Amino acid sequence: MAWSEDQPMVSIKDLHKSFGALEVLKGISMDVMKGEVVCIIGPSGSGKSTLIRCVNALNDIQQGSILVEGQEVNDHNLDKLELRKKVGMVFQQYNLFPHKTALENIMMAPLLVLKQDKAEVEKLARQLIKKVRLEGKEESYPGELSGGQQQRVAIARSLAMNPDVMLFDEVTAALDPETVNEVLLAIKELAQDGMTCMLVTHEMAFAREIADHIYFTDRGVIVEHGPPDTFFDDAKDPRTVEFLGQIL
Amino acid sequence: MKQKNNNVLPVMMAPRNRQTDPFRLKAWHGVVLASIVVLASIPAFAAEEPTRASMFEVLVRWMPLLLQGFVFNVVISISAMAVGTITGAALGLGQISLNGWVRKFAWITTQFFRNAPWLVLLFFAMFLLPFEIKIGSLIIPLPDWLKAIFGLSLPVMANVSEIVRGGVISLPSGQWEAAESLAFSRTQVLWRIILPQCVKRMLPPWMNLYSILTMATVLASIVGVSEMMTLTGQALAAEGGRTDLLIPFYSFVLLMFFIYCYPIARWTIRLEKKFAVIN
Repeated sequence: MAWSEDQPMVSIKDLHKSFGALEVLKGISMDVMKGEVVCIIGPSGSGKSTLIRCVNALNDIQQGSILVEGQEVNDHNLDKLELRKKVGMVFQQYNLFPHKTALENIMMAPLLVLKQDKAEVEKLARQLIKKVRLEGKEESYPGELSGGQQQRVAIARSLAMNPDVMLFDEVTAALDPETVNEVLLAIKELAQDGMTCMLVTHEMAFAREIADHIYFTDRGVIVEHGPPDTFFDDAKDPRTVEFLGQIL
Repeated sequence: MKQKNNNVLPVMMAPRNRQTDPFRLKAWHGVVLASIVVLASIPAFAAEEPTRASMFEVLVRWMPLLLQGFVFNVVISISAMAVGTITGAALGLGQISLNGWVRKFAWITTQFFRNAPWLVLLFFAMFLLPFEIKIGSLIIPLPDWLKAIFGLSLPVMANVSEIVRGGVISLPSGQWEAAESLAFSRTQVLWRIILPQCVKRMLPPWMNLYSILTMATVLASIVGVSEMMTLTGQALAAEGGRTDLLIPFYSFVLLMFFIYCYPIARWTIRLEKKFAVIN
């Protein structure tokens, strides 16, 4: 089945995920079109992170389907490496490789996984460093960078693989308040460039600003979703209303 | 507001430099230890009989041979460490293999050799291995010292296996996840991301193990390898079993091991402290 760009880039249907006896996701469905920015919000433990970790097969799925560019993720014969070349991911704890400099962190995957030419990769890596406004930090080790700087290196590291979809898992949750904005700005510019993004976030104002569509999850199901304005101003579901009331 | 110094809380005062370890040994301590060995032979001067050489003279006479024995101890320890490290690293990686059978085999082997007395393993190596191996017309002799290296490498292997496994699992899982998300294969994650970070953490326990191994090489004397302990025993026998020689001779053996192992122990502690700060 050939995938074309007018079909959803990520299509999730009736997704169920359990950790042992604990069912975390109880039938989630959503479509993300190319170039769309989707924010997933909800209380802690509602399964948001698990949901996006299923998209690049970091978590396996018990039931349902996830299609990434038409490729079924819930498949024993899935080539995870091929899938992950298309799907970039940024984590809450940055997870930079501490024994490599910022530049090396960005260069490693294109060199070792995509086997690209070293000079080309270095050129790309320096462009990406510039893009996330970290000129001069190329040779710094992660331990020498602030949280916000590390997270921007992590974003650049994912972008170096030239992914079609980017997943952001609460990427500002561990940051000092004053460094949150520099990371959000980098994501915003990415979204404006037309990158397909799925974000799990607690930054409501940010979600409202950049999202094309917002999903609210609670206890493993999507209880409400819609475009940002409708979602924030006109929420119907009582749990959503309560949550937004606490946050805003 | 003139009572400045009265309300200075302890937490506000400049930190005092921590006292240096009072038990830390310096070079001159070694000199003291050496002199004790020498001085122990002084009573001999008092009790000297014209026909008998002094303890000190006897010790000096045997020293070249004893030192030769000690070099052999060092050679055995380095060889057993090398063999044990290579096999142990393989076994440690086996313990984190995705293949259940490999994992089980590596785990059982590790546990078996880790919980066996070193001396018993040494005896097994000595008496189970043939004295030569015939491959067609080729005959490879297996001298005792080679068997001793093999025997001692077994517990080293099991301990290295645990050091490797422990080092790998001590890294935060985020490192695996980040690398996997970048489409690294498992082998690449392990060799490019995980192991380079582990080596630092594994170095202090590995050096500690080497120290223990070096001290355990004297076990080879029980199975007849001509290392320092064996030679000391033979020297004493050659001197006609003079009881006054026991203390200076064995003190000399102790001193040699101390001089060799103590710097390793200090260095290990230094590395541990250094890495503790970085991580």
